[in-house]
Amino acid sequence: MNELELGWWGVLIAVIGGAIRISTPYLFVSLGETLTEKSGRVNLGLEGTLVMGAMSGFAVGYLSGSPWLGVIAAGLAGSGLGLLHAAVCNLPRVNDIAVGIALFLFGTGLAMFLGKPFIAPRGPRLPSLELGGWSAYPSVRAALEINALFIVGLILAPVLYWGLRHTRWGLVLRTVGDSADAARALGYSIERVRTLATMAGGFLAGVGGSFLSLYYPGNWNEGLSSGQGLMAVALVIFARWNPLSCFWVSLLFGAAAALGPALQSVGIAQGYYLFNAAPYVLTLIILTWSSSTRHRLIGAPSELTINK
Amino acid sequence: MLSAGAWRTIEAAAISIGAIVVALVVYGAFIALNGIDPVAVYRVLYLGAFGTLFSLEATLTLAAPLMLTALCTAIPARAGLLVIGAEGALVVGGLAAVLAGVSAGGAPPYLGTVLVLLAGALAGGAWIAFAGALRLWRGVNETISTLLLNYIAIAMLNHLISGPIRDFGETLKATSWSIPAPFRIGTLPYLNVHWGLAFGIVSCVVLWFVMRRTTFGFAVAVLGGNVRAAQLAGLATARLSMAACIIGGAAAGLAGAIEIVAVHGAASESLVVGFGYGGILIAFLARQNPLAIIPVAILVGGISASGGLLQRRFDMPGAATAVLQGCIFITVLAGNTFYGRWRPSRA
Amino acid sequence: MDRTHLTRRSMLTSTGNIVAVSALAPLFARRADAAVTPITVGFIYAATRQDFGWNQAHAVAARKIAQLEGVKLVEQEKVPETAEVEKVMEGMIKLDNCKVLFPTSFGFWPFIQKIASQYPDVLFVHAGGLWKEGDAKNTIGYRGYMEEPHYLCGIAAGRMTKTGKLGFIGSKPLYFIFNNCNGFILGARSVRPDATCQVAITGDWDNPVKEAETVNGLVDQGADVIVANVDSPKVAIETAERRGVYSCGYHTDLSALAPNGFLTGAEWNWAKGGDFVKAWQTGALYPNLYRGGFKRDMVAISPFGKAVPEPVRAEVDKARQAFTDDSLQLYKGPLKDNEGNVVLKEGEVIGNEDNAFKLNVKFLVEGAIGRTGLK
Repeated sequence: MNELELGWWGVLIAVIGGAIRISTPYLFVSLGETLTEKSGRVNLGLEGTLVMGAMSGFAVGYLSGSPWLGVIAAGLAGSGLGLLHAAVCNLPRVNDIAVGIALFLFGTGLAMFLGKPFIAPRGPRLPSLELGGWSAYPSVRAALEINALFIVGLILAPVLYWGLRHTRWGLVLRTVGDSADAARALGYSIERVRTLATMAGGFLAGVGGSFLSLYYPGNWNEGLSSGQGLMAVALVIFARWNPLSCFWVSLLFGAAAALGPALQSVGIAQGYYLFNAAPYVLTLIILTWSSSTRHRLIGAPSELTINK
Repeated sequence: MLSAGAWRTIEAAAISIGAIVVALVVYGAFIALNGIDPVAVYRVLYLGAFGTLFSLEATLTLAAPLMLTALCTAIPARAGLLVIGAEGALVVGGLAAVLAGVSAGGAPPYLGTVLVLLAGALAGGAWIAFAGALRLWRGVNETISTLLLNYIAIAMLNHLISGPIRDFGETLKATSWSIPAPFRIGTLPYLNVHWGLAFGIVSCVVLWFVMRRTTFGFAVAVLGGNVRAAQLAGLATARLSMAACIIGGAAAGLAGAIEIVAVHGAASESLVVGFGYGGILIAFLARQNPLAIIPVAILVGGISASGGLLQRRFDMPGAATAVLQGCIFITVLAGNTFYGRWRPSRA
Repeated sequence: MDRTHLTRRSMLTSTGNIVAVSALAPLFARRADAAVTPITVGFIYAATRQDFGWNQAHAVAARKIAQLEGVKLVEQEKVPETAEVEKVMEGMIKLDNCKVLFPTSFGFWPFIQKIASQYPDVLFVHAGGLWKEGDAKNTIGYRGYMEEPHYLCGIAAGRMTKTGKLGFIGSKPLYFIFNNCNGFILGARSVRPDATCQVAITGDWDNPVKEAETVNGLVDQGADVIVANVDSPKVAIETAERRGVYSCGYHTDLSALAPNGFLTGAEWNWAKGGDFVKAWQTGALYPNLYRGGFKRDMVAISPFGKAVPEPVRAEVDKARQAFTDDSLQLYKGPLKDNEGNVVLKEGEVIGNEDNAFKLNVKFLVEGAIGRTGLK
């Protein structure tokens, strides 16, 4: 079948396909960070966790031949870094934002260091669901090729939403995040809850990283992440700590990132660097518009350092 | 007996040094696990950082901008703001420096240099002040906003040097117009290090004096300790916060201008090499004390300077020094918990 | 602290020199003493050696050079194109006692010129054809004319494309990227005059996510042959393979990455650097500027992928032979750029080794969709 020139429709399709692809790591990291922040901790080290997850996921996937084993390994590596973050932050008088930056540096460096032998080989690839089989256009088929992790995230978001609102664990988490005193009065160990929440957040961030190396772009090298981990922290605020909103905002960010290359392919090449700035400018605008000195950000856990 | 202040200094130094030692030991274990002799690595670290005159010069050249970018985190931190936007402020400072230099084409050399440096500092100050304003008037967290502003500054740089201010005669890589040659500054006497080092050291000393020995500095410290208390004491908290942001941003902007005036002569992607993020590490290591920033910047600069030698001698990846710096950062932050555990004995 | 400025004027005034230098006998320089001495050679890479691309091509040459008699190899990766490389070079000279340096990244050239005069007993070999009269005598610029193998890739692409649409991804808007792009299109249009090529610039030497997205975008628009002029084309080739389109390689042999869609690729032959090392060791003569295409064995093409049928292979080989014996010129009139301007009139021919012309290429030929952004 002849590939007809799609022109502007092609751009839209490319943006949709790109949004799904690029949003997946954002989705996982933001869901993870939501859990962590709901417990009252900020983890800025997720960028390092993401890169570490990408490296370990690829390494284990390559060595074992199974991409899913790689995903699990990536999650475990991520929760390891989360444990480190929590352990240091649990010490009195330690600023969690600073620790996050330290872990960013450490995690990224560690991943680069250990990942050297894995740059050359080809790794296994995660499966995907072909939803576009009905279309005659290869581009539509490619855009609707939804990867497995996106589907996991799609299910995970409402599950976490429901879990936070309707289960006992969710209540405990939210109490620790909203009022440390109330949690203590109820007999919960704040350190324990925050440690577990940070580890869970790290696990999800690691999984998000494994997506980059096991699916798209699908290999391990040094330039893999372009700040997605740090962006996710902004994303969580944007999404008001609501897992469902995290899903939609991740798609939005993914679409913004996919717009630049999509326009280039129809010949619009001016200002391609400005497109790079689009997600960040968007976040800043939304943050400015929706924040206020008078009210706390709606939905923000009160114990978060960035709100105090 | 020593005064409480002297004890605090000794305590700070002891804990910081202790943390670095712990980090080196942990790092040594990590190296050993990778099959390399840690003692050999320590020796090469020293050789590459301080072992020869050449190494020392390399270390100081790296330390110079780091001192200034560290101030960008340290000064607002004293006002209670956690700013990580030095990278963006440096880039914006560099861009402003180029624009000022090109516009001031016919000016006499010294005046031109001063104008260029001033432009960089003002631009950097304005950049971080913008984040400060967002915090004061819209409650936007300054850590997040300065982080975003970093990326925005870099995108602006790339866009401008690819077209609007590009020197198309430079075919090697996208570079901006160059500032006039008479405005450039050279190296210090006897040391093959540019004058930026002097600017860095002087800025740290001056700001230490300002923050520790003037009313303004004291007011900022009160603000940083407790916002409510500062307001109750009648301090103009908004103005103090903005001032801290402007000073910090100006330091980083100055670093960017120095990169233009002393090193490159024009703006290009060479402005984005991580000096901003290195500055954050140094500020925390120095416990936000401008005077302590000087030796800490030299230490961190030394580690970075020996990275190349580590690569060449042991075939270690370039990230080897980043792992060490990360270790140090973590141990120093963890070490924070030990402050105040020891009290000076009362005579 | 002056930097060598390559203004358009200085380039045009040295045109005559460069043409003479590269087309006829190379400029010679000789070192003082003459004996085979043990020598330490330093290689500097801007990124990692195993990038399946630019740096790997140099690392391959480095290994070959390390086999030469008396040569000890020292390497450093991830050195940015900033003043830091000066410190790295000086560190290699002072701490590792290197006598020959290969700073491989394109943007290292101004820094080489800055320090070369301070170290007359060290030879600096740079992968970029930028040497001109007045530059330091202990520096060498060498580089293959990549547009020639790109022309051959273009022939294969033109024959194999079904849609007639090609895709060219470039890293930065620099002259050699545009020359390669022009070569690719001219080659394709020599066998399929209606072929078009969408040109996309990512803006980074190395940005895997953007490269993958760009490939997807190009393929969505109908391109069915992709070539990526980025530091590591691995991601682009793998993405193209996943989308089921053809691809051409760059820098090194990437045929293993795309078993179904690989056509052929443009490769460097940097091993010539070994001759410069030997010359420095023994005090023999060496050229300061060494550029060449197939005729001087500075470039090569990758083995054909299984998708390429015999007649196409023969056609490509024939053109390759024509480059080798200089009977085929890449840029010849009548030639228009893609904005309708006349670049070369009927009968005008640019020699394959006309370095000055190629350094000044700021246009894309007819058939290209996109702009260089240069004036």
